[in-house]
Amino acid sequence: MRHVFRLRVGPVCFRIGSQWRGPIAALRQLYAGYPEPDGVCDFTVRLEAERPWRRWLRPSVAIRGDYMLPDAVPVSLDHGLLAAEMGMNLQMALGQRRFLLLHASAVERDGRALLMTGHSGAGKSTLAALLGERGWRFMGDEFALLGLDDGLLHPFPRAVSLKNESLGLLDAVDPGRLGPLLEGTPKGRIRHLRPNAEAVARMGEPARPVLILFPRFGLDLEPAVREVGAAEAFMRLTQASTNYVALGERGFDALTRLVGALPSKAIDYADAAEAETLVERLWEGE
Amino acid sequence: MRDAGPLVRLLADPAGAGEVRDWTSLIALARAESLIGALAWRLDGLDLPPAVEALLAAARSDGEAARTQALWEAEMARRALAPLGVPVVLLKGSAYAAAGLEAGRGRSIGDLDILVPRDSLPDVERALLAAGWEWVKEDAYDDQYYRRWMHELPPLIHRERDRMIDVHHTILPLTARPKPDSAAMIEDRLPLADGLFVLSPPDMIVHAAAHLFADGDLAGGLRNLWDIDRLVREFENRDGDFHPKLRDHAGRHGLLPAVSRAVRLAHHIYKTPVRCQAPKPKPLVLPGTGQEKIGYRIAAADRLFLRRLLARDGWGRQRRPLTRLGFYVRSHWLRMPPPMLARHLWVKVRRR
Repeated sequence: MRHVFRLRVGPVCFRIGSQWRGPIAALRQLYAGYPEPDGVCDFTVRLEAERPWRRWLRPSVAIRGDYMLPDAVPVSLDHGLLAAEMGMNLQMALGQRRFLLLHASAVERDGRALLMTGHSGAGKSTLAALLGERGWRFMGDEFALLGLDDGLLHPFPRAVSLKNESLGLLDAVDPGRLGPLLEGTPKGRIRHLRPNAEAVARMGEPARPVLILFPRFGLDLEPAVREVGAAEAFMRLTQASTNYVALGERGFDALTRLVGALPSKAIDYADAAEAETLVERLWEGE
Repeated sequence: MRDAGPLVRLLADPAGAGEVRDWTSLIALARAESLIGALAWRLDGLDLPPAVEALLAAARSDGEAARTQALWEAEMARRALAPLGVPVVLLKGSAYAAAGLEAGRGRSIGDLDILVPRDSLPDVERALLAAGWEWVKEDAYDDQYYRRWMHELPPLIHRERDRMIDVHHTILPLTARPKPDSAAMIEDRLPLADGLFVLSPPDMIVHAAAHLFADGDLAGGLRNLWDIDRLVREFENRDGDFHPKLRDHAGRHGLLPAVSRAVRLAHHIYKTPVRCQAPKPKPLVLPGTGQEKIGYRIAAADRLFLRRLLARDGWGRQRRPLTRLGFYVRSHWLRMPPPMLARHLWVKVRRR
């Protein structure tokens, strides 16, 4: 491919090839300061024209790679960075077999990790990004990698993708860490945030998970905490995992160990400050 | 990597692993050709870079989980069909896995393929529908297309397990020119311990070759040819008299050309040993494989097949669009006589 970028995020290396310069330039800028991988890459992502002429004529980016969805919708070239991010997500979701992959965010403090998972819009991503700016180490906002043998959470600090209302969170951060504002994507307005220097520098350090939270965001919700039993946590995490079924018994073992050893709690919140207070209170209790 | 040469050379000769410089490309290529599991097993135990070893170890355990799942799916079909008392013959990946064959090692297994006697089809269909399988294609033309002209029922998917089953009553479309004798294949079946069956060793290869060279456009052909390589090696090791039996079965089912081509190409690509009266060896340079000398002369048309089979680069992209188009046209040509093809394409075009 004409334009190539290699990226290491935690224990995973990606090779991204593109027919256009733009998406690769945007990736280079967004991931400035990430270590340059030298060895083998786990996954290959290809950004290429859906049909040969669509490289020049109304260019649209088909997201392809080692693993593909047959009916994936191409993305406009203006959103090439989003295409690259989606391509990497796709490889993880469909092809990752070295870890149990949880659709969850994670932060760490004092060598212990907090795992947050919930439906899209529950605020796990925003919450992790926020805590990552407030003294916690950001480990990832999209995927949490649970080691199949060691039971540790392995960091996957990709750029945070903030959408619509969450964009307000970015007002305080260094503009140098921001990607371009992407308007009119299928998911609305999106802007990417590079995790801070500590998150990048320590991306090779796993941590032991000690608490699972199921946050729920709603403007009309009263702040609340509810205990979640191991069985319910197990069921919710199987739904949050993209490779639980494919891993078979190893996935089952890793997940039962996790929910058996950790307390799980559901929290409701209506704004970020409230959530932060709740999280800090629960964390002190552990 | 401009074609799949480096991958097939490494599969044929794992000792070359020490010289691999671009593992990323090799792995992308192997994934695109569904050969990552086979590669992982071939390179097992060799001294590899740790990151490569980690990826291949994951591919091996992935293959084991896929195998368990495929065997379970076969068991589900067995339970659904057992009351009918008809022989259920596993085909392709599920058969290799269930029979414990080398070809099943690390092989990805998508659908469950079974072969049943043609006159039992209505009963089999009813039993599967009653056990939770559902039609995938609702379209009346597609349904008719399968029922009148194809060698299998329209695909069914299980509503809870989300796995597909293909119920075959013969191994090639009814409209294809070769007419394999599926009743004889079922007659020659071998039992497994659990009450299911697999094809006899020669028929397994006849089926794999028919699937590859008498049907379809050779997409994913390197994996199918790898199956053939593994099967031929294993059966020839077990039975010194295997080759004449293979020839005999291939002839009986009208598939000698496909089987001969399969064995020739497997020999060229994967160095499959062939114990037969080959024509006199003549040195020849092959496109793509980098082999300067080969065992025996390759037919001119085989070069086109080689070109097609190896048409994949180190980014996992398909190459050689004209060659591929040619084989795509050929696949339709093989499937049905021209007037029928014209009508079929007309229906498909109008629907789009």
